[in-house]
Amino acid sequence: MSLYRTRGIVLRTTRLGEADRIVNLVTEDRGKVRAVVKGVRRTASRWGGRMEPLMHVSLMAWNGRELDTVTQAEVVEVFKCVREDLNRMAKAAVMAEVVDRLCHDQSDDPAPYRMLRGALASLDSADSPAIVGAFLWKLLAQEGAAPVLEICAGCGGEGPLRYFDPAAGGATCGSCRGGRPLSPGAADAIAGVLGGRLNSVLRECDSRTASEMERLAAAAMEHHLERRLWSLGVLER
Amino acid sequence: MSYTPVVQKLIDELGRMPGIGPKSAQRIAFWILRSERVDVERLASSITEAKNKTSFCRVCFDIAEGDLCPTCEDTRRDTGVLCVVEDPRDVVAVERSGSFKGRYHVLHGAISPIDGIGPDRLRIKELLARIDPESVTEVILCTNPNLEGEATAMYIGRLLAPLGVKATRLASGLPVGGDLEYADELTLGRAMEGRISLG
Ligand SMILES: [Zn+2]
Ligand SMILES: [Zn+2]
Repeated sequence: MSLYRTRGIVLRTTRLGEADRIVNLVTEDRGKVRAVVKGVRRTASRWGGRMEPLMHVSLMAWNGRELDTVTQAEVVEVFKCVREDLNRMAKAAVMAEVVDRLCHDQSDDPAPYRMLRGALASLDSADSPAIVGAFLWKLLAQEGAAPVLEICAGCGGEGPLRYFDPAAGGATCGSCRGGRPLSPGAADAIAGVLGGRLNSVLRECDSRTASEMERLAAAAMEHHLERRLWSLGVLER
Repeated sequence: MSYTPVVQKLIDELGRMPGIGPKSAQRIAFWILRSERVDVERLASSITEAKNKTSFCRVCFDIAEGDLCPTCEDTRRDTGVLCVVEDPRDVVAVERSGSFKGRYHVLHGAISPIDGIGPDRLRIKELLARIDPESVTEVILCTNPNLEGEATAMYIGRLLAPLGVKATRLASGLPVGGDLEYADELTLGRAMEGRISLG
């Protein structure tokens, strides 16, 4: 057993026993951490809201065989506007679920933590319709699963590329057509997100194009993860 | 080492209960095996009796023995004010405070996007259906003070607004008996927003 200190964002929590919770965090330098927080469900617990989902905390924990144990935590950021707006919260939930599914224990790659931190800060300051789609595409690229957009992902031809096929790994032409339709606007937005124009896409993307980009990103992510995303569209059910 | 099939079956069944891990399941199983036969039979029959004699109240979905729960049956309770909770145990907690005289509505859960639990899994439609017939003027959203509970309260608040019903949320404050310096930012922030004037 050793004591360590790190920073992380709480992705999800599950009840454990009478008053405890297991929290999943994405951390700066230890990948995904799963740790027990003792007594956190008591209303007068010393933890208060520190270990709630989407909290950015600095913490100390004991390294355990299966689960770590959090001994101390301090709040770094609350993302107040995300917590107090149902639509933003639902978007943050999708991002947290994806990071939770993608990240592995004992990874020293800080990228998922940094990307989620950046996305939550951005969502906290402005609710761009393109935020979830952009985040998912960035994360896929980070995972080495960036889509092929310049040439047909099916035959390598030049197009025009009017479809998007997650199984083929990108945009496809009329003769390879599989998957779903891809509008030129969405194709341009995805290329923008992955090509260094993230901020202008977040600022300027209209909500129709943004929702198409998000649907395609979700399909690509579900294909990559080989499972459905539970939090997607959960409020519309 | 392994247990005989009947003992293993008992351990497995106990291990399916909430909060009971394999170790606790073994401990309870051996406590049962060591207990007097009459004690074990009383335990077994109270489990079956409780299950057979209870259902959910057809109005508020709290636990009831019969068609209606005791609060819905009680004609002295105020009508017009509903306290919405996640779980039947929360009804007991609010009742113990002695400060609520209206009726309840039990959702049986909270919205939890990351677990795939959306509003369709809760008794929200049934809540909305009570507003008109019972002339409800205020709904107190008494869900848990965590992210899932807040999301649920916001969602229901949004549905109630166009119906002209006043939706309120329990004040978030500092735990009585605690020291201010140990309060976390989220709790302290809420307590500051929900401050009350003196005199
Ligand atoms: Zn092709
Ligand atoms: Zn009832």
